[in-house]
This record gives sequence, C-alpha cells and structure tokens, in this order.
Amino acid sequence: MGEIKVKDKEIVVPGQELATGMDFLPGGAAFREGEKIIASQLGLISVRGKVIRLIPLTGKYVPKVGDIIIGRIIDMNFNGWVVDIGCSYDAVLSIRSVQEYVERDDDLTKYYSFNDIVVTKITKITRSKLIDLTTKGPGLMKLVGGNIIEVTPSKVPRVIGKQGSMIDMIKKMTNCRITVGQNGRVWIQGDIKNTLIATKAIRKIERESHTPGLTDKIKELLEKETKK
Amino acid sequence: MTYTKRPDGRKFDEPRKMEAKVGIIKRADGSAMFKMGDTIAIAAVYGPRELHPRFLQNPERGTLRCVYDMLSFSVPDRKRPGPSRRGTEISMVTENSLLSVVNLDQFPNAVVDVFINITQANAGTRCAGINAAVMALADAGIPMRDLVSAISVGKVGDKVVCDLDKDEEDYEEGSTDIPVAIVPRTGEVILLQLDGSIKKEELKEALKMAKKTCDDIYKIQKKALKKAYQEFQNE
Repeated sequence: MGEIKVKDKEIVVPGQELATGMDFLPGGAAFREGEKIIASQLGLISVRGKVIRLIPLTGKYVPKVGDIIIGRIIDMNFNGWVVDIGCSYDAVLSIRSVQEYVERDDDLTKYYSFNDIVVTKITKITRSKLIDLTTKGPGLMKLVGGNIIEVTPSKVPRVIGKQGSMIDMIKKMTNCRITVGQNGRVWIQGDIKNTLIATKAIRKIERESHTPGLTDKIKELLEKETKK
Repeated sequence: MTYTKRPDGRKFDEPRKMEAKVGIIKRADGSAMFKMGDTIAIAAVYGPRELHPRFLQNPERGTLRCVYDMLSFSVPDRKRPGPSRRGTEISMVTENSLLSVVNLDQFPNAVVDVFINITQANAGTRCAGINAAVMALADAGIPMRDLVSAISVGKVGDKVVCDLDKDEEDYEEGSTDIPVAIVPRTGEVILLQLDGSIKKEELKEALKMAKKTCDDIYKIQKKALKKAYQEFQNE
C-alpha cells in the first residue's frame, strides 16, 4: 500500500519524494522512478484522488497546439514572419496563414512589421520544436497601442478565471480592453489611470493566485481604486 | 606535530556557517546565492533559449553551458579578470556534475546558460558555485532529477576535516583538499577531485563526513527555494 508524503497545495523542490507505491499516478512535472513518485520541477502539489499533479511555479512558457498567445514580430523571411512568443523557441507565421491576402513579391512590412504585436494561435508544433502560427480566426489580429505586462504562464488560468469571470470583471470595472495570451502576456488598452488599476489587479492575482476568495478580494480592490 | 586545533575554532567535522538565497538577480530566468563562511558564490541561469551558432546545436536534447569565474576583487591579491586555465577546468567539472541531474530532453537545439561568479573567495569556491548553480537551475524551472549538494573535505596535517578554509588549505605540513558533490536523495557521488595524498581509510572517513554535511546543505537549499515561493501562499 502506498503512502503520500506531501500535502495538497504544498511547494516542492526538484527531487523531492511525493509518494511511494504503485497505486498513485504522477501528473504534470512529476515522474515515476521505481516505486516512488518524484518531483522534477519547483512547483505546487495538487492531489486529486490517485493522481498527484505537480504544477510548475516557474519556467518558460511551454507551447501547446491551440493556445492563443500574444507575440512580437522580430524578423521576416521569404515566406513569412518570425515571432517571439516568450518560449524557448521562435515561432513562424507563414504568409499563407495570415488573414490578409498577401500579393506575390509584396513588401511584407505592409502587413506586419518589426515589433508589431499580434494575437495568434498555435497550429502546429513539430518534434524539433518548429512552431507554426496563424492569424486566421475570431479574435486573432494585430494589436495597436496599449501596454503589455507579463505574468508567470502557470498563473494565466487564474487571471482569466472560470469562464473568463475574473478578466470580464476587470474589463468591465476599469473600462479597458484586455487580451490575455496563454504565454503569460497581457495586453491592456485604456486611459492611463485605468490601465494602472488593471495592472495592479492582475499583479495581485499573480501574487495571491492560490488563496481562497480571490474574486471577492479583486472586486474589493477594483471598487476602492476606481472610486478614488 | 599533530594538528590539534582549527584556526577558526571549529570542530573537525563542523562546516562553516552557511546561507542561501534564491532570486537575487531580477533579469535572469533563475538565480541564487550560496555562502559558506567567507566564500560567496552567485549563480545566474538563462534559458532554455535557442543556441547560436547553429553548428553547436544538438537536435536530440538541450545543451548545458557553465561559466565559472572569480571576480578580480574576490581574493587579497587582485585576480586577473577573465577566463583562466583554472577557471576553464572548474567550469568543465561543474558542467559535468550538473549534467548528471538536469534533464534537457524537452529542449532540442536549445541551451541553458549557467554563470557562476565568486564575489568573495576563501577556499571551497567550486562547491559553493555548484550549490548556488543548482538552486538557480531550480528557480529557472529546468526539469531535474534531484538537487546537488557539494562540500570540500580533506586532510590537514594528520586529521580528517570538513570544509577547509584558505588557512587550512595552505597548512605548512601539508593538506589534502577533496571537493565532493553528492546527489542527496540517492547518495551518488557525482564529483570527486583529489589534490594531495590520503590513505584509503581516511578517504572513506572523509567521504562519510561529506555525505553527512551534504544532507545538511540539502536542507538549507530546500528551505531557501521554498522560502522564495512561499509568499504566493501566505499573503
């Protein structure tokens, strides 16, 4: 019979023993070594029945097919654009997969230029980590103006909330346009005062992402700040 | 002549006072400081990021690069800055010992850069460097099999001692310095260098001492890492 050696929501370091016995299953950044389940990254434990999941608290964004992310154009070549998406590898946005119709021998800077910010979706990742992007689809576009802040990628689900409840609340109460990328980049557009309030709220979510009653706390903060 | 008393009054199996801190360099992906007595090492980790020039890339797994350097003001006589014969060797042994715990299979063609700087040196710098580097790697979120703890043990005069300082390393009647790095969970020895002469029994005793001290260092490293991320929970 196996035994769990950690509590739910405990922080563990790489190499720490999480459980012994074959009746538990490793998930996330945990792995099995013989009879034991070991952590491979610094992260947070979540125990759900027989599955011991390790959610990494740090590290770069790990790309997944279907993720909507915010990228920055850093280079151009004959068949598309090279995009920095905040992970270990650069992604490619091919001219065939953009919304616009690109004419032959056209100047590519007409569509997307250096340092342009784009909301894109990951369509394909090969084993050697070549990442393909697209801007075809609802909500995918070039972003003009606004500010970008970065949060740890593992906190993104908290920033968005259940069915977007958290982000909808921030949007409504601050009157800002906000887009959250799965890679942890958050684009905020609005007047200076409201942008700062939204930034403050998101930073608070990032810092206190694992405390209960977070939505109420953020609501309180937003009400207090917007009345000033 | 026998060696009866250590210059700083420590017991023969007692290491110097140790301190660890994680997240000291803001712009790095991971960073840490490790201090043992008057020896201070800081480490910064960048990556995983794409490796250039391209011919150095490995399409099967990621690459690890370590750079160890003593800063010019770290020793009483100014150290000539930049890479040296000694620095290159220590970079290499550090890289090899860290490679046995990190797992870079998910990062083909990428590189993880580890920079270790010694801001203050009083013997045992490569061990302090490894201790700091492994914490910085964990802070950067690199997948690892375990942490690494390192300590130097050795023989001064006729006594087997733990964690030699500079005075002991330069002891007139001869001393032997043995840096050891250990994987705490399994007890594997992944670095062992020996400079001098020592008897078989004494080496065994020294390694036992190293194992015991490394377990203590592991606790310090673990505590420092957890402390750096605890604030997310408690506020």
